[in-house]
Amino acid sequence: MSPDYTADEMMTVAAARQLRDGTACFVGIGLPSTAANLARVTHAPNLVLIYESGCLGAKPDRLPLSIGDGVLADTADAVVSVPEVFNYWLQPGRIDVGFLGAAQLDRYGNINTTVIGGDYTDPKVRLPGAGGAPEIAASCGEVVVIVRQSLRTFIDRVDFVTSVGYGTGPSDRERLGLRGGGPKTVITDLGVLTADPVTCELTLTRLHPGVTVDQVRAATGWPLAVAEEVTVGEPPTAAELTVLRALEATKKAPH
Amino acid sequence: MAKLVSLAEGVADLIRDGDMVALEGFTHLIPFAAGHEIIRQRRRDLTLVRMTPDVIYDKLIGAGCARRLVFSWGGNPGVGSLHRFRDAVQNSWPVPLELEEHSHAGMANRYVAGASGLPFAVLRGYTGTDLPRHTANIRPIECPFTGETLTAVAALRPDVTVVHAQRADRAGNVQMWGITGVQKEAVLAARRSLVTVEEIVDDLEPVPGQVILPGWAVTAVAHVPGGAHPSYTQGYSVRDNDFYLAWDAISRERAGFQEWIARHVLDAEVPA
Repeated sequence: MSPDYTADEMMTVAAARQLRDGTACFVGIGLPSTAANLARVTHAPNLVLIYESGCLGAKPDRLPLSIGDGVLADTADAVVSVPEVFNYWLQPGRIDVGFLGAAQLDRYGNINTTVIGGDYTDPKVRLPGAGGAPEIAASCGEVVVIVRQSLRTFIDRVDFVTSVGYGTGPSDRERLGLRGGGPKTVITDLGVLTADPVTCELTLTRLHPGVTVDQVRAATGWPLAVAEEVTVGEPPTAAELTVLRALEATKKAPH
Repeated sequence: MAKLVSLAEGVADLIRDGDMVALEGFTHLIPFAAGHEIIRQRRRDLTLVRMTPDVIYDKLIGAGCARRLVFSWGGNPGVGSLHRFRDAVQNSWPVPLELEEHSHAGMANRYVAGASGLPFAVLRGYTGTDLPRHTANIRPIECPFTGETLTAVAALRPDVTVVHAQRADRAGNVQMWGITGVQKEAVLAARRSLVTVEEIVDDLEPVPGQVILPGWAVTAVAHVPGGAHPSYTQGYSVRDNDFYLAWDAISRERAGFQEWIARHVLDAEVPA
């Protein structure tokens, strides 16, 4: 029997479960924003959502259409300027979790959102660029990445390092002077990868229900490290699915 | 004291070919109408500056107004890619577009340095990324007190900054609220500035903290109701999300884009 939820829904629910109540989370638009709001409406009512447009403690009753949606300003504890959000709130390490997406990701959690293929001045694909991500990746207590897993995305070496994960391996973050803890967790549509505390390599630690280790290996562009014991995550609960679908529906509603 | 002008006068007087021009707005209060006027007046060789070049910059780039873009994130927010921006970078159409690329924190601090009259700003950032290799305006710097390595970014000093706001009075004092992004810093960093507003009133309702730009710090103010459409103006209008979604199809092919610009910008009826 096929499950009554999609792989994207499983991924979003798994990402939401990573967020602990009472922590401050720097949220990107798209999947991170959906997962963070799901967490806030379900198990983490005191999750502080911070958007780079300057909205601190936003509590939107619908999913924002963009990072600067008016619903974020209307429901925030405070609205500050963009220099302030980066200089006063992110840079000193006041934010517990940074929640990022990626166009490409490597085994050390380095992220590319700049260019794919060719060289920088003559790329095959021009992506949107860095936005707030480099400093979010550098300064948050830890980083959670949410990204669909495929050979196109999970590649041996990213074409461009937009945001640093663990660089080239152990102690690289310290050498570079990055103060945050780095990308400890990567949530995909297949499972969960966790950075190994010694080697810093992303290691498969959990599968979503119905997914096999071989499937994850086949969607990874490097010899994937696999934990000795790989657990299987809980499927989305009915309550989680209800809230998630209601949130998704708000994107289509007129406002 | 700011001069009250029409939008056409403001653009004609303040923006010249070859200028460095910033049209700021962080998803909110994006000066779309001013961008359309720049296209209508056929400005060329502009260096366009903006943290988040989105649909209005896609139009300016596709219309051939820009030769250089200084930015930190270029996309159609909440929708996807900018096709005219991509076509210019990947295929040099309609003209090659040179890029100077930063992070948001880098750009925000560059404006702060410009507004502060300093040659550079300092931040923790960029370390270990590939961004510094591609721009001379990002350099490592040693802290004179602790010796640690930080990053210096050069000040931004646009020739002109254009922003949209809720209200101004006849002396050009500008009230702005909601998400104010880097608008204040971008105006104060620039040599000249144009603020388009929803309303010009005889007397501003006094709300402490809401006059973001006093009239003597602004060059010109133009009354342009709806000047942020399809973005939004808190308290006046909501985002026209259907347009952002529609832009993806309109901008995908060159011919469709040109037809749209001809009909909706170049030949559009413009109120005086």
